Amino acid sequence: MNLIKARNIEKIYSDGTHALHGVSFDIKEGEFAAIMGPSGSGKSTLLHIIGFLDTQSAGEYYFNGKSFLDYTPDEVAHIRNQEMGFVFQMFNLLPRATVLENVTLPLVYSSVKGHLRETLARKAIESVGLSHRAEYEAFKLSGGERQRVAIARALVNKPQIIFADEPTGNLDTKSGKAVMEIIERLNEEDGHTIVLITHETHTAEHAQRIIKILDGKVESDEVVGNRYHAREHFKK
Amino acid sequence: MTIIDSFKMAIDSLGINRTRSALTILGIVIGITAIMMMMSIGKGAENLILNEIGGLGAETIIIRPGKEPTGPSDLGNTLFSDSLKKRDLEFLKRKENVPELVDVMPAIIVPGSVSFEGETFSPDIFGGSAEFFSQAFGVFPEEGVLFDESDIKGRASVAVIGSKVRTELFGNDSATGKYIRIKDKKFRVVGVLGERGQTSFVNFDRVVIVPYTTAQTYLLGVDYFHEIITKATSPDVVDRTARDIEATLREAHNITDPEKDDFFVVTQQGVVEQIQTILGALTAFLSSVVAIALVVGGIGIMNIMLVSVTERTREIGLRKALGATEKDILMQFLFEAILLTAAGGLVGIILGALFSFGAAFALKQFGGLAWQFVFPVSAMLLGLGVSALVGVVFGLYPARKAAQKSPIEALRYE
Ligand SMILES: Nc1ncnc2c1ncn2[C@@H]1O[C@H](COP(=O)(O)OP(=O)(O)OP(=O)(O)O)[C@@H](O)[C@H]1O
Ligand SMILES: [Mg+2]
Repeated sequence: MNLIKARNIEKIYSDGTHALHGVSFDIKEGEFAAIMGPSGSGKSTLLHIIGFLDTQSAGEYYFNGKSFLDYTPDEVAHIRNQEMGFVFQMFNLLPRATVLENVTLPLVYSSVKGHLRETLARKAIESVGLSHRAEYEAFKLSGGERQRVAIARALVNKPQIIFADEPTGNLDTKSGKAVMEIIERLNEEDGHTIVLITHETHTAEHAQRIIKILDGKVESDEVVGNRYHAREHFKK
Repeated sequence: MTIIDSFKMAIDSLGINRTRSALTILGIVIGITAIMMMMSIGKGAENLILNEIGGLGAETIIIRPGKEPTGPSDLGNTLFSDSLKKRDLEFLKRKENVPELVDVMPAIIVPGSVSFEGETFSPDIFGGSAEFFSQAFGVFPEEGVLFDESDIKGRASVAVIGSKVRTELFGNDSATGKYIRIKDKKFRVVGVLGERGQTSFVNFDRVVIVPYTTAQTYLLGVDYFHEIITKATSPDVVDRTARDIEATLREAHNITDPEKDDFFVVTQQGVVEQIQTILGALTAFLSSVVAIALVVGGIGIMNIMLVSVTERTREIGLRKALGATEKDILMQFLFEAILLTAAGGLVGIILGALFSFGAAFALKQFGGLAWQFVFPVSAMLLGLGVSALVGVVFGLYPARKAAQKSPIEALRYE
């Protein structure tokens, strides 16, 4: 089943900027897709629309067969909380809150009871290898650690899909690889659908499929022949 | 998300900006401190005054000569009016005229001083009935006796004096049987009153009481009274008795038009009401000042909350992306505002209680008043309620602004 179905999506911002010119694609459940393109091509704009954070100006978009307008604002909030996980390009964490508190946040906005929250959050932190930093305030962490905390937070509610906007954009090669390894594992071992945004080819090649965007249009949409595996690379 | 979650979030973010939070609530602290002090001191003053009046008894009715003063210029009128005379006593004492009257005493005020063997003192000298004073105000001789009806009839030169008058004139010696001088007339001291202190009427430690007949004839040379003090059978019948007195005196004075009355009647009830009206007006005035302080404090809080909402645009966007509903965000910011103002209220209550306790202590210690500290429970509840309300009223707008921020606007905010 197509978890995501986008048809001729246009986005014109209120200042007249025409960011998307008719974008169409599908993403299946369990798929690992990369959206690639140069800076300013409209990648983040697209991600916000498919993540129900913004609405398209024209065209149709369905998540799980339903469009944004089928839901009340509270239901949209609930979907973002339960079925989607976000890793943003920048400013992912509450800087003065601890790692544990940051990862607990999605659970606070869900119906998970107080005592279960910490258990689930600690598990998620463990899965990104940051248990030893759980009580650190977020602003004390390195860039790579921050992105890993953001991933832990994105997966803590066991969402169907995880959106990651340039998760390695500001990281050096080594921490970038650590992050990609975790994302790969989320897809292969835990079966999360992943939409990864990047402008780097070697990062995009971790995915099964690359959708290339240029000037607000889909330039190409191809399966990756020779996938790049972070873990294998590490061994070399 | 539960209320407890909103509460925790609010505490966390206020903790991050402690200095700002503390400064923000200053206006509320001052407002609530003022409410507490106003209520505590107001209540203390009311208690003090009512206690003193209570000493006179609610069933007491005072008749004064002249027109009822409506301003300072009428005061002389009253002092020099000679309309109350002996025949009025007889009219009033007749049961059929004023059935619920139990006692009547004319009073004469004698200006001047007393002396004994070179010692001089300026007390409050009254011509009256020692027995009436004793009963009406609950003062009793600590030494000697009170003079009685026969002394009044016989215009005897006898006096009952207050405890302070005795120490001033006689030191530690006994006073009874000694002769004191008032206006060159000799009076034999028959009794000394026990300590009673200030009452609404007079300070009984500083009085000299002589028979009113003696005061009229030998001290002032007048045939009228400055005041007639009467008692009704019970406080409930005071109003009716006051009207009976008025009717009786009009008959005695041949007055048909109440506008032309040459006397007026004062009841304690009236005095109590007057004092309560004055205190009420004062409280209302101060309340409006406090209300303005609270509004200003509230606007300060709104201002800071608006700044905070803008500063935390990114946080709001992030929370929304993670599943916060508009209500979740609204509650978080509203709780912050309420927590701020409630904390301000709490500090205000504590400061207000401390300051009014200090004021009560000073008034008692240095002002010599029988002042009792009152902890105004109602003001405390009011203070907490009002401060929380200010939080809701002035926190709602910023909180709504926060709740309505769109997540992407917030995420792109630099
Ligand atoms: N809120 C907005 N209002 C107006 N124009 C906007 C807004 N957001 C983005 N744009 C414009 O839309 C275009 C696409 O922006 P977008 O952020 O989607 O690019 P991107 O592909 O994510 O770039 P990058 O790789 O640098 O993150 C840009 O020209 C940008 O200036
Ligand atoms: Mg972008």
